[in-house]
Amino acid sequence: MSRTPRDNAISTRTIGRRSLVLGGAQLAFMGLLGLRMRHLQVEQADQFRLLAEENRINIRLIPPERGLIFDRNGVPIATNEQNYRVTIVREDAGDVEEVIARLSRLIELEEGEIERTLREVERRSAFVPVTVTDRLTWEELSKVAVNAPTLPGITSEVGLSRRYPMAEDFAHIVGYVGPVSDYDLGRIEDPDPLLQIPEFQIGKIGVESKMEQDLRGSSGNRRIEVNSVGRVMRELDRQEGKPGSDLQLTIDHRLQNFVQARMTGESAAAVVMDTQTGDILAIGSAPSFDPNKFVRGISTADYAELTENKYRPLANKSVQGAYPPGSTFKMVTALAALEAGVLEHDETVFCPGYYDLGNRRFHCWKRGGHGRTDLNKSLMESCDVFYYDISQRVGIDKITEMARRLGLGQRFDLPMSAVAEGLTPSREWKRTRRGEEWLLGDTLNSSIGQGFVLASPLQLAVMTARLASGTAVSPRLIRSVNGVEQKVEPPEGLGIPSRHLNAIRRGMISVSNHRRGTAFGSRIEAEAMRMAGKTGTSQVRSITTEERAQGVFRNEDLPWERRDHALFVSYAPHDNPRIACSVVVEHGGGGSTAAAPIARDIVLQALYEGLPPLSAYPANQRRMIEERQKSLPLRDFEPPVPTGRSRA
Amino acid sequence: MSYLDYNLRTTPTGLRKILHLNWALVLLICAVASAGFLMLYSVAGGSLTPWAEPQMKRFAAGMILMFIVAMIPLWFWRTMAVPAYLGSLVLLLAVEFFGETRMGAQRWVDLGFMRLQPSELTKITLVMMLAAYYDWLDIKKTSHPFWVALPVVLILLPTFLVIKQPDLGTSLLLVVGGGITMFVAGVHWLYFTVVTGLGAGLVTAVFTSRGTPWQLLKDYQYRRIDTFLDPSQDPLGAGYHITQSKIALGSGGWTGRGFMQGTQSRLNFLPEKQTDFIFTTLAEEFGFVGGFTLLSLYALIEIFCITSALRNRDRFGAILTLGIGATFFLFFAVNMSMVMGLAPVVGVPLPLVSYGGSAMLVLLGAFGLVQSAHVHRPRGSV
Repeated sequence: MSRTPRDNAISTRTIGRRSLVLGGAQLAFMGLLGLRMRHLQVEQADQFRLLAEENRINIRLIPPERGLIFDRNGVPIATNEQNYRVTIVREDAGDVEEVIARLSRLIELEEGEIERTLREVERRSAFVPVTVTDRLTWEELSKVAVNAPTLPGITSEVGLSRRYPMAEDFAHIVGYVGPVSDYDLGRIEDPDPLLQIPEFQIGKIGVESKMEQDLRGSSGNRRIEVNSVGRVMRELDRQEGKPGSDLQLTIDHRLQNFVQARMTGESAAAVVMDTQTGDILAIGSAPSFDPNKFVRGISTADYAELTENKYRPLANKSVQGAYPPGSTFKMVTALAALEAGVLEHDETVFCPGYYDLGNRRFHCWKRGGHGRTDLNKSLMESCDVFYYDISQRVGIDKITEMARRLGLGQRFDLPMSAVAEGLTPSREWKRTRRGEEWLLGDTLNSSIGQGFVLASPLQLAVMTARLASGTAVSPRLIRSVNGVEQKVEPPEGLGIPSRHLNAIRRGMISVSNHRRGTAFGSRIEAEAMRMAGKTGTSQVRSITTEERAQGVFRNEDLPWERRDHALFVSYAPHDNPRIACSVVVEHGGGGSTAAAPIARDIVLQALYEGLPPLSAYPANQRRMIEERQKSLPLRDFEPPVPTGRSRA
Repeated sequence: MSYLDYNLRTTPTGLRKILHLNWALVLLICAVASAGFLMLYSVAGGSLTPWAEPQMKRFAAGMILMFIVAMIPLWFWRTMAVPAYLGSLVLLLAVEFFGETRMGAQRWVDLGFMRLQPSELTKITLVMMLAAYYDWLDIKKTSHPFWVALPVVLILLPTFLVIKQPDLGTSLLLVVGGGITMFVAGVHWLYFTVVTGLGAGLVTAVFTSRGTPWQLLKDYQYRRIDTFLDPSQDPLGAGYHITQSKIALGSGGWTGRGFMQGTQSRLNFLPEKQTDFIFTTLAEEFGFVGGFTLLSLYALIEIFCITSALRNRDRFGAILTLGIGATFFLFFAVNMSMVMGLAPVVGVPLPLVSYGGSAMLVLLGAFGLVQSAHVHRPRGSV
């Protein structure tokens, strides 16, 4: 449209003015943008830089390899086994269900595994590997590998899982590992972030638990760059952790195996100790259980079977069990009396079969009595009246003190779970715990290891080792940590005159060598291996007057739970003691019949470092022993190959 | 209006027009687009595919289009204004009925040889239409209520169609771009004051009535407005993008983390890294220096448009140049405000930089119009 020049001039002037206003506004706004940019990029740069780093960098822990556990000869007790597992990655698999269906035609998958995998795959991001199944055999693994082209998204990975090749033998010593539970996290004050890793395992009981800090090692870490959905883009750097320390136990795996096998069918415990060093050569508790089941996650049925068993397989009776020591306590009473000077070596006491204290009558186990009895005879035939008599003279205070010196009533610092303290009663104890005064009758009961006295098989073994060596030897379970020998101070002397100790030892030798000894049936014939010992039979109930009158006294007539505990402590060889051994058979009946034969077999096994020749046994027993040796469920061992550290 | 209206003696003809193009503008456009190629190469992890190479091809096509448009005399474009406006309305309707749905919005129409976003095209055809309208209108009637109402209808027709897609960002740009064009044409101040005042009054009324018995909106509608205005209230939804975008910008610092070193975009923390949020990548990798340089290039393009319009005594040419300049300004101003957390997230690309064919072609065509107005401006005294 044609316009007048005047209109054109107006138009140009208006547009000029307005465009300047517009341009000014635009530049002002751009200035604002520039300022905002400066604010974000210059003033707040540090803060945002930090946020960006937090966005992209993740720190992942590398779990260290757990330390291995070996026996005293370097034979592995706890190892880390390569565990092959199959994982699936959704984005590579495409049709996950189809791939898993194909996989299940190759290897056996449990119904639950398939469902769990599908659920897990659905829940996780597309690139996260999800475990389908683990603990594959080599054969299964190779099937998967060969068919890899038809199984997109499937990869096999290798991880480490704990394995106990000795299974039941070391269950109570070494214990087992398991995944960290909320209970564990609440119980232990351990800030180690490793515990937060989902599949990380820690020691639950036994050495695995007590030596956890040594075995675990320290974690490494890798810094990785992740994208917005958490996919790992690359590894920025990596710091390897420190593997856990290897442990070497003082246990001999063959002897341990023999101890467990020999106690098969009993509810029993046995401890074998070196009398010089205190090394525990074997410490068994029967029945036992397979710790490997716990590592994998024990089934409810299996667990119920263990907890409902009246022989209590889960209890470690050798250190947890506290039993009245019975007649095995008599050495303590005798030594206390000798040292106090209230008993002469050749002094005799007349035993009519009972002892009257006021109007209360204390019985000897032998109803007819032992007649004139000296110290030697009192140990050999286990006369009770002798000890009733001398205990009155020496008093409970000195008996308790002697018991403590010999290792009773104290908790030894062994890396095992629930090590019992036992009980050596005193006046003070009875007053505070029972609110009653100590009675003379209590002293009499204590003198023969009944009443309040309690001791664990471990403590009985220590007591015997101290009697045999004359030193205050202490038990030791860990021989070396990471190849570094654990120092043992040479034990101090007991401070008991050796003529007193020798008198006691003579009595103990008579027990299992003299024709009238209570354990003569369990004597050792081999001259160099002869054993000294003491039987014990401890009541778990008190005998009522009516029962005594009726003569209901036979253990076999009683239900199992009410039968007496059978005990036997021993050391050998008698003239040059090397090992001490204690055996407790719960509700086994008599110490001489139930415990002593087991102890003899174990002692011979330990001294011969293998099955002993039949000639070590009395001639009339050899046929029976041969039968038993054949039927023992012993493990087949390779010839021992001392290994140092072997890691795959 | 005819070819003869132009002063033949002073206006260049034929290929000599090329000499009279504003080559500074061409260089500025190439510089901005190159920054775009670099960023697209970077966000693809150092690869020409999938974004940088197609973008370069489109840019080449767009430059050719720009030159062709610039060569054609301005009177032709003035006569084309009405058909172009009607054509884009038809295309918007076509989108409404036959369009492709992408990411929850119907914006695309398949023309056989290319897929076009008619809403992009409409931004320019609306400005053309308004410029032609004010060129045609008697200057004295410019502020007459009836003649003011008519262009308002012209603006609201396509805006309504774009809102239905739904594309809030573009419709906002249409209204504001159209309003600015009316403003530079000389519509009386009072109208803008009244409209702005009414708008502000309405917003105030809406917000002050909240929580009172006579509140104007429902509670959930208020909550929606809240998250729209302040995304940090919804840190995992809308707020996530803005937070990550600010982290990317801020972590760039003065000089940036270096080309291809931006972790935020490379690790996918940024949304829409190749389109709406590409500025964050640039600012992360080249820092304040890089971001400010791009802003300055935009400012220079803007300054060129205004000076070109000031020197242009042809009413259509001047209004068209200012309108296109304003539309271009709105593009990058809204986009930058958005990624810097100054404005709510609306889908507006960064002009000439963001990946996308329609916007690139339309913008370069529009700059062809600006060049045409520049080349064919009346010379000498009239």
